[in-house]
Amino acid sequence: MAEFWSGFLLPLIIIVLKILAIVVPLLVAVAFMTYAERKIMGAMQLRQGPNIVGPFGLLQPFADGLKLFAKEQILPVGANRFVFYLAPMLTFFLALVAWAVIPFDYGMVLADINVGILYLFAISSLGVYGIVMAGWASNSRYAFLGALRSAAQMVSYEVSMGLVIISVLLCVGSLNLTKIVEAQETIWFAIPLLPMFVIFFISALAETNRSPFDLPEGESELVAGFMVEYSSAPFALFFLGEYANMILMSAMTSILFLGGWLPPLPFAPFTWIPGPIWFALKIAFCLFVYVWVRATMPRYRYDQLMRLGWKVFLPFSLLWVVLTAGVLVTFGWLPK
Amino acid sequence: MIVQGIAFYVFAALLVASGVMVISARNPVHSVLYLVLAFFQAAGLCVLLGAEFIAMILVIVYVGAVAVLFLFVVMMLDINFRELRAGALQYLPIGGLIGLILLAELAAVLGGWIIAPAAEKAASAPVAAMSGATNTEQLGQLIYTHYVYLFQASGLVLLIAMIGAIVLTLRQREGVRKQNIGSQLARRREDVVAIRKVPTGEGV
Repeated sequence: MAEFWSGFLLPLIIIVLKILAIVVPLLVAVAFMTYAERKIMGAMQLRQGPNIVGPFGLLQPFADGLKLFAKEQILPVGANRFVFYLAPMLTFFLALVAWAVIPFDYGMVLADINVGILYLFAISSLGVYGIVMAGWASNSRYAFLGALRSAAQMVSYEVSMGLVIISVLLCVGSLNLTKIVEAQETIWFAIPLLPMFVIFFISALAETNRSPFDLPEGESELVAGFMVEYSSAPFALFFLGEYANMILMSAMTSILFLGGWLPPLPFAPFTWIPGPIWFALKIAFCLFVYVWVRATMPRYRYDQLMRLGWKVFLPFSLLWVVLTAGVLVTFGWLPK
Repeated sequence: MIVQGIAFYVFAALLVASGVMVISARNPVHSVLYLVLAFFQAAGLCVLLGAEFIAMILVIVYVGAVAVLFLFVVMMLDINFRELRAGALQYLPIGGLIGLILLAELAAVLGGWIIAPAAEKAASAPVAAMSGATNTEQLGQLIYTHYVYLFQASGLVLLIAMIGAIVLTLRQREGVRKQNIGSQLARRREDVVAIRKVPTGEGV
């Protein structure tokens, strides 16, 4: 019994506590991300934003969540019940499960696996299933169109994202996320690989279906795209999943290009601030740019979106991978 | 050890079950979703074997790209599945034959290992044993150093297949108005805007 306790049950409890320590702050961050988005967009458009519920409207996301969960669940006629309910659960599940490998500080990670970046890439490429299943199971034209657009869009932008990740990996020599951050101790990869940083950021916008690439939702043409038939809790799950995915992509950007938990300069006033706070600040910066882009840019037309992905990003990132490899070999900078 | 055993049997049982469901599900979209589940179980088995790189590549390539395109096509197809299913039994003999041949080959391989243990060593001899190196490094050494020519040759075969697919499906359509971004950007203000003073009561 004692062996069962120390060998199996105790580690299980510790892992569950660790998971809660990641998921609970993440969900709070998602809630306040929706609030921050409305406030920032309000400020950019000379409006107030939410300011009634709680001080400065801080309790607005919780009021919204409560409202959503209290609404009636509607199952459309002719919908495939199982897939219809599976889709939002899958979206939410994938948005959470990717956080298992994100390092918040040196050694502060749930699962420090060797192929961490591939795991993140795999999970983010699965996100399309939630959307496609939702679009198909709703048995609605709008939802189906949104799902088809999303499938094509995400597959296209994954290609250039993969090449961007390869050019970072060439400079690191490892697929482990902790090692990727440690390799940026002298200089953040955003500086030597600046074009790749820009491409990654734009591809991340496309991958999370954010404006200006929010064609799968496209409220002015497809009503709400793949989630037009959803209401109440399933809709809330989609919403939470999308925002958690945005935060995840920002975390990925920070780890790959902005030095993860490392301070911007390696001396006194900067090193006093602990790593996780730097990491959170970098994520917050990326999220701010997401909102900034949404408030500034008009939506892309669909054929322009495809052109950008296949004819601009793909050749350019391929060229840059070759260039990076060439420079690393020529100057003998290849990591051991 | 016992946890690993349980995990193996769970993955293997789910893999076989979802494989059966792929061919027996009524709805083809469900079939593709079961196929995705099967890929996942296979990736899980790879992780249990310690082949984490293969597992992740399996998920990225097959689940993240190939199966998405499958799903894309199957959803757009409008087929009557009753009719399709009616003639399915006539393919049973040839399907069964292929299955039997595969089974016999697998049995031959496994049997060969048991009868002649030296055969297994011969098979694994070209693989450089690297202790301590990660999965990814070992694969990289093997593919890009020891077997680089074979790797390049297989890449060429794939390239030819890709070009062939494009050539077969490419057709020039007449009368399609395409956007030419270069010419749009090359337009200058003087070419397209004319400012005229219009006197009152006379028009342009």
